This record gives sequence, structure tokens and C-alpha cells, in this order.
Amino acid sequence: MIERPESAVASIAQRNLEGYVGFANLPNQVYRKSVKRGFEFTLMVVGESGLGKSTLINSLFLTDLYSKDYPGPSLRIKKTVQVEQSKVLVKEGGVQLTLTIVDTPGFGDAVDNSNCWQPVINYIDSKCEDFLNAESRVNRRLMPDNRVHCCLYFIAPSGHGLKPLDIEFMKRLHDKVNVIPLIAKADTLTPEECQLFKKQIMKEIQEHKIKIYEFPDTEDDEDNKLIRKIKERMPLAVVGSNVVIEVNGKKVRGRQYPWGVAEVENGEHCDFTVLRNMLIRTHMQDLKDVTNNVHYENYRSRKLAAVTCNGGVDISKTKNQMTRSPLAQMEEERREHVMKMKKMETEMEQVFEMKVKEKKQKLKDSEAELERRHEQMKKNLEAQYKELEEKRRHYEEEKNNWEAQQRILEQQKLDASKTMEKNKKKGKIF
Amino acid sequence: MAATDVDTFVNDVTRSLELGGHVGFDSLPDQLVSKSVTQGFCFNILCVGETGIGKSTLMNTLFNTLFEDEEASHYQNGVYLRPKTYDLKESNVQLKLTVVDTVGFGDQINKDESYKPIVDYIDNQFETYLQEEMKIKRSLYNYHDTRIHICLYFIAPTGHSLKSLDLVTMKKLDSKVNIIPIIAKADTISKSELHKFKIKIMSELVSNGVQIYQFPTEDEAVTEINSSMNAHLPFAVVGSLEEVKVGNKMVKARLYPWGTVQVENESHCDFVKLREMLLRVNMEDLREQTHARHYELYRRCKLEEMGFKDTDPDSQPFSLQETYEAKRKEFLGDLQHKEEEMRQMFVNKVKETEAELKEKERELHERFEQLKRMHQEEKRNLEEKRRDLEEEMNAFNRRKVAAETLMGQSMQGSSQQIRKDKEKKN
Repeated sequence: MIERPESAVASIAQRNLEGYVGFANLPNQVYRKSVKRGFEFTLMVVGESGLGKSTLINSLFLTDLYSKDYPGPSLRIKKTVQVEQSKVLVKEGGVQLTLTIVDTPGFGDAVDNSNCWQPVINYIDSKCEDFLNAESRVNRRLMPDNRVHCCLYFIAPSGHGLKPLDIEFMKRLHDKVNVIPLIAKADTLTPEECQLFKKQIMKEIQEHKIKIYEFPDTEDDEDNKLIRKIKERMPLAVVGSNVVIEVNGKKVRGRQYPWGVAEVENGEHCDFTVLRNMLIRTHMQDLKDVTNNVHYENYRSRKLAAVTCNGGVDISKTKNQMTRSPLAQMEEERREHVMKMKKMETEMEQVFEMKVKEKKQKLKDSEAELERRHEQMKKNLEAQYKELEEKRRHYEEEKNNWEAQQRILEQQKLDASKTMEKNKKKGKIF
Repeated sequence: MAATDVDTFVNDVTRSLELGGHVGFDSLPDQLVSKSVTQGFCFNILCVGETGIGKSTLMNTLFNTLFEDEEASHYQNGVYLRPKTYDLKESNVQLKLTVVDTVGFGDQINKDESYKPIVDYIDNQFETYLQEEMKIKRSLYNYHDTRIHICLYFIAPTGHSLKSLDLVTMKKLDSKVNIIPIIAKADTISKSELHKFKIKIMSELVSNGVQIYQFPTEDEAVTEINSSMNAHLPFAVVGSLEEVKVGNKMVKARLYPWGTVQVENESHCDFVKLREMLLRVNMEDLREQTHARHYELYRRCKLEEMGFKDTDPDSQPFSLQETYEAKRKEFLGDLQHKEEEMRQMFVNKVKETEAELKEKERELHERFEQLKRMHQEEKRNLEEKRRDLEEEMNAFNRRKVAAETLMGQSMQGSSQQIRKDKEKKN
């Protein structure tokens, strides 16, 4: 399930060490530190009232979680589905465990049970939200892990199959939390009935594609055999008891009937020990890891995707967006925007330049036209001037000629009159 | 959605309970350990020291294996970092070891910038991790952690004091990485010199405020050994992979004419102490410190730089969503603003150019008017002249006509006279 990636760093070589180095002690160091830190686990139990949830918790942890002083939810009056959380600190063999039990009284008890899973979903989401916020703070301190690590779902021992409520609940929660379905009060079923019931349930679970918690394969073959055995027994049929009875000189937890004692920890009577071993002794850490690496990460990526894409997730770009942090996403968008702006800028520049060129050209044309006309008019005028000059010259010439002529004539006339005068004087007096 | 929105009965008081028997969760640490072992561990060592001071040899000796390496030259332009990763295995523990060497450190004439590539490398590893941590879809559990867990700082065995390059570099690194100072090539210092040297070094570090890594003493299991080791810092080490026969055993040693320096002999050098502290006892603590202290500091500074805060001015805590949304709004506003700016700039440019062109147009128009006026004037002149000429010509014509008439008259008259005379004569 958790694989080591192919390393991209060059020159990796597998070395076998000669002689003692010492880092084989690292696991011990990890052990020491984890014990010092202590452990946390949150277990949620869901099921209709009267299915023996509180009793089972007490049996699992061999303690009176719900007692006279702290009565369980079953003894309290409830109107709607509630979510109740109790925290206890237990110690064993130097190991401290802060156990949080989350109970859901009222689940499935109403006449109309639509949406009775909603408070449960809300609770799980709110714990994830708290963790997400704590993880995203600028100043982070050691974060308490209050996320729900496991949800035990109690199925009523009808012997027939799953109820619609069971299916609906599991479908809605299987991708938010590790769901482990249990058959409650298994001492009302004979072994054959139990087998049939289990088969039926598993068939229905597969039909509805419900993903219940899967035990991971280990490298150890021995362990794998055990795991396969457990898988065959799913869902586990459990019996719980707060009472210790003496059977054959041994003190055992069990339920006293007129016909005998149903022993809680007897593997032939029910799967309780399997559940306890699996839940507490072998897979507690894995439940936490799956919650952290799968369910929480799903919640987180959904949440952040919503924030980044402002609700409008573009399917074509989704893949790329997912591989970035929201900030990197913004950076990318910023870069895209800058490019877009640049393009816009060049376009606008182009249009602008073109328009300016046009206008300038027009002006130039106007100017040229103006020059031309001016030239033409000048020429015209000059021509006229020349013409006038011609005329004047012509006229002057004529005048001069004529005047010269006149002068001659005048002279002649003068001469003539002078001659006449002379003649007259000479005696041409009649 | 807060827990109070739902009908939730929260009993936050944690009470202690007695167990009535063996439940079995005391196997939890074992479960955790077996998971970690399956996953494998990562450890990254940075060696800082001058060329030829024995960094590679010490790594080889520490891990009992010959990591292939070329000897570095002394003629590098600057300092650059050379990381190499190896997969090691001891009993059932797999370790991905990365050794980062600082090539060229201390070789330049001007060593002002020597520390920079080192600080940058460390920061880059933090940055890569931070980026991965902030991705929307991330996979931290199989992420190859390259953050430096320990910096071994190699001090030259001068016997006097720290070099200023050492102090400057360590000061720059102490808030970013766990530093363990080591005296290299310790087989060149005598016992008494070494004692004085160690005291001098430690006092210089203290007086310059350099924070080196202190082996942790809170955990009872290791308090004693760690506190005694703390007193032996800095470790004086000798490295060697060559084996020499001492007594009837082959031991790692350096053979001199005057004797044999045994690497694993505690009275000869502190190599064993270093190996104990570094690998056997405190490896996990080094990894933890790097993640919980140095990385967090880097992350905090980076986020603050980017403008993230934990509380708004009213001291109300921000939820992640609010923070991101606020950032996004700011970001979009910024983009819009930029767009506006550009548009505005264009509008202004257009206006300017329009004004210019209009001005030119006006000038042209004016010129045109001027020319027109000139032309008109000339035309008038011409007209005047023409009129003058006409008048003159008319006058002349009149004169001519008058003169001709006169002449005609006088001719008539004179011809009359002549006729008269003729008649008289007759």
C-alpha cells in the first residue's frame, strides 16, 4: 500500500556494510520516542440503540467506559441523532493511549431516518477541518490528532441481509472514514445462520460497491495467512459483556443463559477476539495511517480545490491544478495573465501604430496636395504675370512707335506750317 | 462546520481509567516501528570543511563502506554542493543515506560568499518540502525527504582557535540545521594541545552566539550518555579504512613510523563517540529536530513573507479557507488593477498622439491659409497692374484716337486750306 518511490537521484547504489555501523538501532530510537509521546486513537461506534455498542466498548478495552458515574448515551433521553464524545486515558505496559470514543445515540431510532447520517458526517468533517486548520497555521505546534480513525458499524442480527439504512450509511461514509461492519449480538445466531448472514452481507456490500476497511498485505507470509483468515470471517460477529462469570474454574467475560454461557473471548462462540486483535493489537496504527494518508488527504484536496478554483473547476486543467499548491496555482495564473496582457499590449500597440501611420500618411498627402496646388497657382500667376509683361511691352512698343510717329508727324506739321507761314509771308497774300 | 453546529455532546475532560486486564495496545509502538521499518528511513548528512580535510574519508569510516568519490581539486571558482545518495542496509533496517559534500569550500581567495551556496542548498531542500506540503494533491508519505538532518562542520586542526570563516559560516547555518563541530585529522594534535583547543573552540562558539546541536537529555534512557557526550564536544576524529594488525586483530588505523593511530580506540580519538551519538543514539532526534524546529522556522518565515497571518487584526483566528480566499481576492484584484493600468496608459498615449497630430493638422491648415492669403494678395497686385495697364492703354488709345482725329481734322483743315488756297488760287 505504501510504496517507496523510484529515486531520481543519480549514483544510488545498494551497499552491504562490512562491520558494525549502528543505524540498525534507529527503530529502537523511534520506539522510545513514540512511547514518550504517547498515542491517540478515536473510535466511533454507530448503530441503532440496543445493539450493545456500549457493552462492546467496555469489553474491548476491559474497562467501564460507561458506568454509573458516567452513564452511556443509551441511558440518556435523546430526541435527535446526537454525536457524543468521551475521552479517556489508559495506560498499559508503559504505553499511554488517549482514547476518544464517539457514540451516536439516536441513530436509526426515529420513524423517519432520512439524513440521520448527516450529524455523523458533519462530526467527521469538522475534525478534519480542525486538523487542516491546525496544519495550515503559520505558527504550528504539536497538533492533537482528533480525526476519527475507525468507525464500527453495528448491523442488527436479523439474519436476512442489510437494511436500506445500513447500505445508505456505509455508502456515504466509506470514503470519509475507515468503516468496519460488525454483526451485533451475535449470540442470537447459530453458526450456520451466521455464516449465511455474513455471506449475504458481503454480497450486498460488493453489489453496492461499498469500500469497507481492507487489511493491507504484509511481506510476511505468516501474517498474510492470518489476514486471509480474518478476511474470510468478515463481517465480524461480536458479543459483548460487562459481566465476569466463572466457567470451568476460569473467570471469563460472558453472557449467562439458562442453556449455557456465551463466552465473549471464545473464538468458537463469536469473533470478538478477532476484532480486538485486529483493531487494537495489530492494525491500530494502520487505521491511523489510512485515515491520515487517504481519508484526510481526500478531504484536504477537495477543500483546497474548492478554494483555489473558486468553485469553478475546469475539468481540462484539473489535473495540473491538483499537483500544485494553491499558491503555486495563483503564481501560474499570474504568469498566464502577464502573458495575456503582453499579447494584448502588443496587439493594441500594433493597432495604435497602424492608426498613427494612417493619419500621418493622410497629413502627408494633404501637405503634398497643398504644395502642389500652391505650385500650380504660383505657376498660373507667373504665367499671367508674363502675359501681362508681354502685353505691356507690346503696348509700350506700340506707344513708343506711335509716339515716335507722332513726333515725326508733328515735326512735319511744324515744318509744313512753318513753310506755309513762310509762304504766306512771302507774298502769297491774296 | 464547527462541532457546535451539530447536536454534539463533547466531554473534553480526559479521565484516567484502570484496565481490567490485558487489552493489548501496548503493541502500538511495535506496530509503529514495524511500519517505519517497512517504509525505510532517510538520513541526510552535510559535510562542511576545507578541501582535503578528510570529509570523504570520515564518511567512509563512519559507514564502513567505500563511497565512490573523486578527489576534489583546489581550483574551484566557488563553493558548490555535491549530493550523493546511497541505499544502505543493516540487519533489517533500510537507510537511504544522502551525503552532501561542499566542494571548494575555503579554497578561494575571497571567501565572503562561501557560506551562500550552503545556505541556499539547505533552504532549497526546505522549499521543496514546503511546496510538496502545500500542494492540493500531495503524497507526503512516500516523499523522499532531502532536508539536511545534520551538518558536520570540520575544523582544521591548527590547535589555536577557530578561523573567522568557520565562525561566519557556522553563525549563518546554526538556525537552519543541526551542527556538530568536529576537529578533523585529530592525529596531528597532542593530547594536551587538544584539550586546550577544545576549550578554546567551545568558548569561541559561545561568545559568538553560535548554536550547535546539543544531545537531548530529557529522555531518561539517554540522559546520562548524552550529557557526558555533550561535554566532549567538539569531537576530535580520525578517519581511515585501511586495516592494520594490532595484537591479533585487524583494526582500522593509520600507520605512522612512531606508532599506530587506531580509529576505534577511544583513547586515541573520539570517533567512536561520534558514531555513537550520530547513528546509534540520536539519529531519530536529529530527524525530529530538523522537522519540528528548523523546518518550521523556515516555513514560518516563508509564510509570513507571503503575507499569511494566523489571526486577523481582531485576533480572530483565520481558517485556512478564509486565508486562501482573501489571498485569492487580493490576487484577482491585483490582476485587474494591472489590466486597468495598462488600458489607462494606452488611453493616455492615444490622447497624446491625437493632440500631436491635431497640432500638426492645425499648422498645416494655417500654412494653407497663409499661402492662400499670399496668393490672394499676389492676384490683387496682378489685377491692379492689369488695370493700370488697361487704363494706360485706354488712355493711349484715347490719345491715339484724339490725335488721329486731330490729325484728321488738321489734315482736313490743311487739306481744306490747301483746297481753299487752291480755290483762291484758282
